[in-house]
Amino acid sequence: MLKKDFDNAAILPLITEFEGVPGALLPILHRIQETLGYIPQQAVGCVAEFLNLSRAEVHGVISFYQHFRQHACGKHILEVCKAEACQSRGGRELDAHVREQLKCDFNETTTDGKITLEAVYCLGLCATGPSIAIDGKPYSRVNEQRFKQLLEQMS
Amino acid sequence: MTVRIYVPIDSVALSLGADEVAGAIQIEAIQRGIDIQLVRNSSRGMLWLETLVEVETEQGRFAYGPVNPQDVKSLFDADFIRLGEHPLFHGAVDEIPYLKRQQRLTFARAGITDPQSITDYVQYGGYVGLQNALTMDAETIVDCITQSGLRGRGGAAFPTGIKWKTVLDSESEQKYVVCNADEGDSGTFSDRMIMEGDPFMLIEGITIAALAVNATEGYIYVRSEYPHAYASLKQAINTAVDKAYLGENILGSGKTFNLNMRKAAGAYVCGEETAMLESIEGKRGIVRAKPPLPAIQGLFAKPTVINNVISLATVPVIFSQGADFYRDYGMGRSRGTLPVQLAGNIRHGGLVEIAFGITLRELIEDFGGNTESGRALRAVQVGGPLGAYLCDSQLDVRMDCEALQQVGGSLGHGGIVVFDDTVDMAQQAKFSMQFCEIESCGKCTPCRLGATRGVEVMDNIISGHNVQQQTLLLKDLCSTMLDGSLCAMGGMTPFPVLSALKNFPEDFNLKSVPEAG
Ligand SMILES: Cc1cc2nc3c(=O)[nH]c(=O)nc-3n(C[C@H](O)[C@H](O)[C@H](O)COP(=O)(O)O)c2cc1C
Ligand code: SF4
Ligand code: FES
Repeated sequence: MLKKDFDNAAILPLITEFEGVPGALLPILHRIQETLGYIPQQAVGCVAEFLNLSRAEVHGVISFYQHFRQHACGKHILEVCKAEACQSRGGRELDAHVREQLKCDFNETTTDGKITLEAVYCLGLCATGPSIAIDGKPYSRVNEQRFKQLLEQMS
Repeated sequence: MTVRIYVPIDSVALSLGADEVAGAIQIEAIQRGIDIQLVRNSSRGMLWLETLVEVETEQGRFAYGPVNPQDVKSLFDADFIRLGEHPLFHGAVDEIPYLKRQQRLTFARAGITDPQSITDYVQYGGYVGLQNALTMDAETIVDCITQSGLRGRGGAAFPTGIKWKTVLDSESEQKYVVCNADEGDSGTFSDRMIMEGDPFMLIEGITIAALAVNATEGYIYVRSEYPHAYASLKQAINTAVDKAYLGENILGSGKTFNLNMRKAAGAYVCGEETAMLESIEGKRGIVRAKPPLPAIQGLFAKPTVINNVISLATVPVIFSQGADFYRDYGMGRSRGTLPVQLAGNIRHGGLVEIAFGITLRELIEDFGGNTESGRALRAVQVGGPLGAYLCDSQLDVRMDCEALQQVGGSLGHGGIVVFDDTVDMAQQAKFSMQFCEIESCGKCTPCRLGATRGVEVMDNIISGHNVQQQTLLLKDLCSTMLDGSLCAMGGMTPFPVLSALKNFPEDFNLKSVPEAG
């Protein structure tokens, strides 16, 4: 997996665009993650300073929300829905199949650094599950065969 | 002559290849020299037919579905633009019984319009409600909502008029309207369909709410799992500002209302209204103790209206058609219509908007066509992950908040998830505890620790260890969670767990459920 380092020069512009926005912490964290793929440790200090918060407060917020990643991720993010409506349509079986195929568990990245696997609790595609999202793009009626095709299409 | 063809842009359609279908139609049309205009419309909500392609003719719109990209060639071969015979043909869209039997007030434009076209929106009745509201004073607007009988669709079914009145009566220079678009319940997607499919209606509803309480700032809190809904709303807000439906001096009225968006970050509990406020303020989503009510001290400690997407999206039709028109639908204290979401293992899954009072059985059998697998139905979870698991003998209950409560259920956000006879209800009960363990905000012990203990106890029951004694422990744990939790996360997780135990004891290695001693 890629181990990236970012200096403040890369992070600061992502933060300063939120000057004057009330309650700007979540929008800032989203901006950082959208740009860098995760929220690197160095960013915590920059964000804390900008918002006049302690590092502990910023860290507390990052760790509270499942969406925010504290480590670099793979090239693609694969989210698999684990919620009830998908369970009723074969979601539990798909979940097991995906982990077996990728040889990794949730919140882990495949050894080739290609895919980070994440759990999601409902994508709002509950009538046509099992559902997954690849880099934010939704797919439903995903059976083993469709998953195989999608996997092959991922470069 | 140019033929207009519609391919939905709703996430469900996208998840089934709608972009590829649209692309294939365009290529095929060019190759065959056929002049078409492709419109990306919203979804009709007949989700088992997605991707549903429609062809416009002088006799109205006609449906083909479900269309996969590889079907496109055969559609052209069959001359589908002149309604040629094809196995995927369903006739006139408006005549499809699933749609024809609905009472679509909030979803009146679903599938008909291009979501990003404000011209379409206005042409199909949009912004009449706002025009009317702009002629009223704040009290009259609140009275109209009270008259309509509208109750919140986010889960708690609280009367919207009372909430608005409280905010209107709270003195403050700054007030807020917050739209709860966190839609975390499994089996629900009506908020998503509105945001993706008819965003101007939601914006209009929020604007009327702002006029009702004299708020000048608003927020929509959208879950991060809904990137398409977020993008759609964002674009629509920009259009509304450009056209003077938002911002300063709305339609020349001198009123100001600014609408902002916030993206959530994957915490189910942030759908709870006070946790959501914390999150918008940039904090961890920890539930606040009430009082103070958010209507008095809400966002940034200012009086705040908080409503669900469907509640707010229903406001425009009330102001265009009148409070009495809306209130005449429904039963008992549940007035108006409910956008039901048929989900899970069901043949005809989708959105059914219908007056309160229809039975669960009519929805599942008549609309839904029973299980998709063709196997026997075994359990139905109504109202999301905090809702009870009902069994077949309970399906004659009417869709109405009070009626559902009487059978130990809850309406929640109107999601219905069907399971066939392959389901293991002990596993489902375990999942409910796991979900609470993952999603608990951690503020109170019964929820935080109770859920963790609950998972352990369920593991013991599933592996057959000391089942009688562990079942008593489970019941005990559930009653502590019911009584000692600050919010419904901990307070209602026992609903699915205990209903699974009560209705399906055989899955818990029990012949009958032991009584607490
Ligand atoms: C754990 C939990 C999650 C909730 N999730 C949502 C949600 O995703 N969307 C929603 O509108 N309401 C949700 N609610 C209900 C809200 O607290 C609140 O009642 C609602 O947003 C008020 O709007 P309404 O009156 O229009 O329904 C949730 C409540 C709890 C306890
Ligand atoms: S019940 Fe659970 S989620 Fe609700 S306030 Fe208590 S700990 Fe937080
Ligand atoms: S439960 Fe999987 S998409 Fe809703």
